[in-house]
Amino acid sequence: MSHSALDSGPAAAGSPAAVDPEPGQKRAASTPPVRKRLRSFLPYGLILPAAILELLIHIGPMLLGIWIAFISLTQLNLTNWLNAPFVGLQNFINGLNPDSTIGQAFFSTVGRTLGYTILVVGFSWVLGMAGAVFLSSNFRGRALLRTFFLVPYALPAYVGTIAWAFMFNQRDGAVNQILVDTLHLFGDERPFWLLGQNSFGAMVIVNVWQLWPFAFLMLMAALQNVPTDVYEAAAIDGATLWQQFRRITLPMVRPANGVLLMVMSLWTFNQFNVPFVLFGATSPKEATLISPLIYQNSFGSWNFGLGGAMSVLLLIALFIASAFYIRMVLPKGADND
Amino acid sequence: MKNPLKVLSAVAATAALALGLSACGGGGSSPQASSDTITYWASDQGNSLDDTAAKLKPTLDRFTEKTGVKVQLEVISWTDLYNRILTAVTSGDGPDVLNIGNTWAVTLQETGAFEPVEGELLEAVGGKDRFLKTSWSTGGAEGKTPTSVPLYGLAYNMYYNTKLFKEAGIEKAPTTWDEFVADAKKLTKDTNGDGKPDQWGFTAAGASVSANSHQAFVRGLQNGGTLFDAGGKPTFDSDPQVEGVKQFVDLMATDKVMSPSDAELSQGSQKVDNLINGKAAMMFDQSPLKNFAARDFKDWGVAPIPMMTAGATGERGTQSHVAGINLSVFKNSDNKANAIKLAAFLTSDEEQIALNKAYSSLPVVTAASSDPAFQTEEVKAKNDALANHSLPMPLIAKEGQMETLTGTAIKNLFAKAATGTVSEDDIRAALKDANNQMAAAQ
Repeated sequence: MSHSALDSGPAAAGSPAAVDPEPGQKRAASTPPVRKRLRSFLPYGLILPAAILELLIHIGPMLLGIWIAFISLTQLNLTNWLNAPFVGLQNFINGLNPDSTIGQAFFSTVGRTLGYTILVVGFSWVLGMAGAVFLSSNFRGRALLRTFFLVPYALPAYVGTIAWAFMFNQRDGAVNQILVDTLHLFGDERPFWLLGQNSFGAMVIVNVWQLWPFAFLMLMAALQNVPTDVYEAAAIDGATLWQQFRRITLPMVRPANGVLLMVMSLWTFNQFNVPFVLFGATSPKEATLISPLIYQNSFGSWNFGLGGAMSVLLLIALFIASAFYIRMVLPKGADND
Repeated sequence: MKNPLKVLSAVAATAALALGLSACGGGGSSPQASSDTITYWASDQGNSLDDTAAKLKPTLDRFTEKTGVKVQLEVISWTDLYNRILTAVTSGDGPDVLNIGNTWAVTLQETGAFEPVEGELLEAVGGKDRFLKTSWSTGGAEGKTPTSVPLYGLAYNMYYNTKLFKEAGIEKAPTTWDEFVADAKKLTKDTNGDGKPDQWGFTAAGASVSANSHQAFVRGLQNGGTLFDAGGKPTFDSDPQVEGVKQFVDLMATDKVMSPSDAELSQGSQKVDNLINGKAAMMFDQSPLKNFAARDFKDWGVAPIPMMTAGATGERGTQSHVAGINLSVFKNSDNKANAIKLAAFLTSDEEQIALNKAYSSLPVVTAASSDPAFQTEEVKAKNDALANHSLPMPLIAKEGQMETLTGTAIKNLFAKAATGTVSEDDIRAALKDANNQMAAAQ
């Protein structure tokens, strides 16, 4: 749109050969109307493919998911789901009733998922930050180490997780080989890592292993922007390394940190791949996260309406949390910088 | 300027469409079959996915030779099969022909995604009178047109390691549950002197949801319970059901005749390994012979599943569900004529003999049953269980959910037994939870 303004501007004002007293007519003569209309449509035309894709891939399924939350969808009407009976808020009532088995499972799972998110994001951030600070100084073998750190991120998630599942196997897994057979920890008993209480911890470890290289990558990029002379000046003034980290590094990477923590939290809260590969279709009770719970309700007991209702609740909660976070934490743009 | 813009938008629109379509078609889609190719999803009947495919290949080659129709085969493991079928049903985008566990027949029938076995399809498979009555009865709900045709017949039996039996001085297989537990205790031994057992009396895939649900069914019936009452309401937590499940879970929790490691096993073949390796002496299985043969294992014996009292009959004499694999033609198939041809070929007398021999299962057509290949002691035991001591899993629309819920409850109880203790209250609570979820899903 700014293009057409620039085009017509000088032509209308500047030309000495302007004989015609009607500027509108003159403009029309210098820019043919068809081309002009095309130009004003051009930007819309260019975003159209993206808009169609967005509609097809994101908005459509989302609206569908919301609709499913309000109908009673089971295998009886699966192939003809448009005719499934409308049940209003019944699915939400079932999912949120704290006296029912389903409601209890939902609330305890939400709490567990929150704790899980805090642990995974926290550990990933600390590891990523430590790695980034460590690699921001120049030393031999830095490039090699950087590549090494990124391996978990480069590996397909499924492959990495299944390798962990093998390692955590109680009878023949590498974890028990090392901890019990080599280091003689835990006495004689080989602990289970994928059953009972330990399963939660195992899942945290696998997820942190997968996620921290991303934090590392983002923070390393952010650290590249911190000028070295700031550190030199601080060092001359006698600032300790910790002071430098707190007073220079942290504030300088704040904008990157804001986005990083939000993205990592959203991913972790919605985590499905790690538990699904580690535990199969049903997670142990102690390690059930919200996405696998929705999956179990939808595909285990074929109660798609309930699964849909839980998804909608999850969507709303994440939307509110994100909106709040964006307003309160993220940098507000140009006026703040 | 005009033309490039047109070209650009045309390209963009095409790209958008192509991307959009491919995004929709992702996941469980099968490659678009041409008119002379059909897709077939086979269940894992061998000792691995590759083994199943290899044993199926000669049959499929003969089919192609005879009809000119190529078959694109995918063998799917039991842990994935149910969900894969469900995904195919949901999206309407599945194979032309597929295998289903026969206990899911009614559940899947209700989706309306499969071709009813009538008219052309019924004619092609030679009518229902060719088939064994019990097997045919698993094709769908009573009184409705079935949507699946029996393919392989199976039943549970107890298989044991004869060498370990001899070492423990046990001369004949136990027939009652008490004898079974007593023998299992004798067979649980510390063989390397580290103070912990490394040979166990019994082994099972404690994390296999479907196998667990079969035991919930059988053990419940033996104790005089049922999974559903006459009105169709779930009764997973009734006293006899709790007692039955307790007997099974107690093998690990209190009798200590089952390795805690079994709580992590999700595949039936892993327990067969335990028996072959001498890590365990007894197991309940439907068809381990192909694994025995593949590993050249000869020290095995077969006996009926123990019952609460010797010689029990009727429901209390249940040793197995009417097990087996059925075959369905997908309603959405673009290639129905050829799909029906494959269904007819796989259930023909010759292929029934070839396939059931290869997979150590039972033929489902009477004409093939008399083949010498099926006159062995093992097959006779299986036949006896199927004919005299089996009942079909509840033939109700929500059978699939029942399997998932009861099987998962037992999986979690085994996990609890492996990492701590399990009380009767724990078992009752787990079954009550499953029962509540079942009721909510109805």
